Amino acid sequence: MSYITKPEVRHPALEENALGLTRRDYEGAMSTLCAGCGHDSVTAAIVQAFFELEIPPHRAAKMSGIGCSSKTPAYFMNESHGFNGVHGRMPAIATGANAANRDLVYLGISGDGDSLSIGLGQLCHAIRRNVNMLYVLENNGVYGLTKGQFSASADVGSVSKRGEVNRHGPINPVPLALTLGATFVARSFSGDKKQLVPILKAGLTHKGFAMVDVISPCVTFNDHEGSTKSYAHTRTHNFEVVQTDFVPLMTEITAEQDRGDTTAVTMHDGSTVMFRRVAEDYDPTDREAALSYLRASQAKGEVATGLLYLEESGADMHACENTVDRPLVDVPFGDLCPGSAALEELQKEWR
Amino acid sequence: MHPTDVSNPDYYHKVVDCQWACPAHTNVPEYIRLIAQGRYTDSYMLNRESNVFPGILGRTCDRPCEPACRRGRLEDEGPVAICRLKRVAADLRGDVTDSLPKIPEKKNGKRVALIGAGPASLTVANDLMPHGYECVLYEKHAKLGGLMRTNIPSFRLPESVLDEEIAMIIDMGVEVHLNSPVESLKELLDHGGFDAIFVGTGAPRGKNLELPGRYDSDKIHIGIDWLESVAFQHVDSIEERVLVIGAGNTAMDCCRTSKRLGGTDVKVMARKSRDLFKASDWELEDAEAEEIEILENHSPVDFVVEDGVLKGMNFDIVEWREGEDGRLASTTLETIFIPCDAVILAIGQENAFPWIERDIGIEFNRWDMPIVDRKTHQSTRPEVFFGGDSAWGPENIIWAVEHGHQAAVSVHNQCQGIALDQRPPFGMNLISSKMGLHEWSYSNDFNPENRTPMRYADLEKRLKEMNVEAELGYDLEETAREVERCLNCDIQTHFTAVLCIECDACIDVCPLNCLTITDGGEEDDLRGRLTAPAENTDQDIYVSEDLPQTKRVMVKDEDLCVHCGLCAERCPTAAFDMRRFELYIPYAGQPWPTTISTAPTTSL
Repeated sequence: MSYITKPEVRHPALEENALGLTRRDYEGAMSTLCAGCGHDSVTAAIVQAFFELEIPPHRAAKMSGIGCSSKTPAYFMNESHGFNGVHGRMPAIATGANAANRDLVYLGISGDGDSLSIGLGQLCHAIRRNVNMLYVLENNGVYGLTKGQFSASADVGSVSKRGEVNRHGPINPVPLALTLGATFVARSFSGDKKQLVPILKAGLTHKGFAMVDVISPCVTFNDHEGSTKSYAHTRTHNFEVVQTDFVPLMTEITAEQDRGDTTAVTMHDGSTVMFRRVAEDYDPTDREAALSYLRASQAKGEVATGLLYLEESGADMHACENTVDRPLVDVPFGDLCPGSAALEELQKEWR
Repeated sequence: MHPTDVSNPDYYHKVVDCQWACPAHTNVPEYIRLIAQGRYTDSYMLNRESNVFPGILGRTCDRPCEPACRRGRLEDEGPVAICRLKRVAADLRGDVTDSLPKIPEKKNGKRVALIGAGPASLTVANDLMPHGYECVLYEKHAKLGGLMRTNIPSFRLPESVLDEEIAMIIDMGVEVHLNSPVESLKELLDHGGFDAIFVGTGAPRGKNLELPGRYDSDKIHIGIDWLESVAFQHVDSIEERVLVIGAGNTAMDCCRTSKRLGGTDVKVMARKSRDLFKASDWELEDAEAEEIEILENHSPVDFVVEDGVLKGMNFDIVEWREGEDGRLASTTLETIFIPCDAVILAIGQENAFPWIERDIGIEFNRWDMPIVDRKTHQSTRPEVFFGGDSAWGPENIIWAVEHGHQAAVSVHNQCQGIALDQRPPFGMNLISSKMGLHEWSYSNDFNPENRTPMRYADLEKRLKEMNVEAELGYDLEETAREVERCLNCDIQTHFTAVLCIECDACIDVCPLNCLTITDGGEEDDLRGRLTAPAENTDQDIYVSEDLPQTKRVMVKDEDLCVHCGLCAERCPTAAFDMRRFELYIPYAGQPWPTTISTAPTTSL
């Protein structure tokens, strides 16, 4: 952490978006995480994505649980809604919030402890229900807040800072999400904003549950030799399977973005996600093929990154449940609570 | 672009905009920090090292540092009041007698003549006396100081301040000859027994305006001569309606002096438009605050004198347009008459050397100016040196001081048989300012306050008398506020590429978007693809060695960095460190200590 806050003085030529806001207007309090934490870079990427998508901060809700990752919503978008829930329970709270107000943009921030240990069941059900939200899992393979024990995502053979070797197999959120039927699954790296920002933008635009597993090194407890979640290891083992470009609605697709070897997927709001295959024969719209490719890639020790799977036609929670098409706050009170006479009438049906 | 060589003192020196812009390279951020700590005497002595006359310059400097101040590029709230803070150090300092250089009893046997007792000559004496030189000063007036005494009115520079700072030098044991104009340089060369002669006689001749009626009245004065007469109290009044011709700083001194000597309706008449005035903005503002009218685009036509009495002047009102050759040309719109009782001409100064014989080996050019080497200040006669306004025409006090330093180096080399071009180089030191986990040895928080305005003595009171100092100076509260505005540009963001793990923390936290990690490239190309495009090409961009993990480079645009240190605070490996840059300036016989080496760039 720092003793001084980030000075408010700005670059005079700072770019403004259509709302008249600069990137700085999407920032939050000073981070109290360790210097060099990957999570701070993810925070910066989120700021960039919201700024570029021109989302008014007060129309977004930041949901989180417990852990280093879950602290980060304090460090961006001061003017957004937010809920910091108990450990691992953020998916349920986000589901409830989304049920009540479907118009907000939901962003869940979690970590490998919060999502893959204590909150694994919660995560699974949020995926299964296809809650319309972007779920960012800041994955560093250790419990940083409790001094660096291995987490459930630590790889077999990964060495702790004290020299111990991990023997348990990891829970890998990407195949997990694919298996559970997630409609948007990506993996990225905190040290590569060029890749991460378009993925976050696509995830925020996606209608349904968007899982983004971000390798986000713990600079204090898991950035040494022998770690498989360090900056150096991630860089040397990173294999970008598909390159992703996000093209907002009403924006022309440039020649640079469409070079013939690209596949375009139109999002529900009309914007486009462009895929450029890097790995041969990889199809980010074929769930089975993606799953088998990623299993093989994991066995080779590769860190496969990119927007790995996208299905834009899935029905989200509201579609499945056939809910009212407005946020509950906009439903007249008389409709929400029709009174005892209406209840009486309803109950008559079952007598 | 090749990796930036920060071991060259010029690189970090240039980042300290104020120090780079100062002709004498005064260590501004450090002296401001010393003021912030209440160490006024230390601050004064640090100033004195480079600019010799902190009390005088704290009131009168032309302040090339202030327009250069990085703060001025950030927001529309003005640069740090560097000059006013210098005055604070001078006003609040303690006794400095013990801190002044010790003068050896045993002299080195070399004698140096200094002609004209202005800032240039005094600086030469200041630099040479501590090395055992015998300095002999010749001054045509009855008092020392040169134009600092004769041309700067006492309401801007109190005599006591002037006397005290000149005395610090004279008391080193300079032999002074007052009322002793040198009439013949030849004689001094032939019979003076000097090893070197320094000419610091300034530009003593005010330019005349040869227009009809010029010599028909005795109420038309040459500005610098008139100011001199006021300074020596030969003149103590002026008529009520005064026109000052010219728009330089001398014109401002003339009009403000007129206001104090009886002028009630004082106008400054300028040929050009205001944006082309030579006077500093603050001097124009000070004049206007004293109810002086400044008229632009008024080109003088003639003096109207009836029966030997000055009635006024005719002026063409002109419009300026840039011609095809790129030069400004005027067209007259109309001619008007402006009544007045006295006129002061302040349209420039020239050099004059009637006392230098043209057959003694000192060559003059076609403008009748001596040929003087820009670097060494040596004339074509090896033992004669020129400095201050006498070398290349009118500049200002701080340039005269720098000329004095450089001429002293040359005189020393000349007397010791060292080639004049073997000048001691600039040196530097870099010291980490890290004190603890998040603590630095400087105040790194950005203070968004606006520039502290100066308070002035009550208008009526100050116009009544010549000796009431117009500016009151900052009080302690104002000082405390203003010092915090300094960005500490000398605390450098020193980067060590091999330590970087490319976590982006510095880039994300930087409030001014100065940093980028990207692929290397040529400068023009790089400048265009940074986090914020680096469009100010006056300011350098720093490029690191290749980073270990991805072989990209760290690029920093120096332009708007506020030196808050957050990049270093958020750096997990101390690849960024805030290091205090200290420039070692060589002076005569006193190169900076050679034992000090620059900080390593590739390890902790």
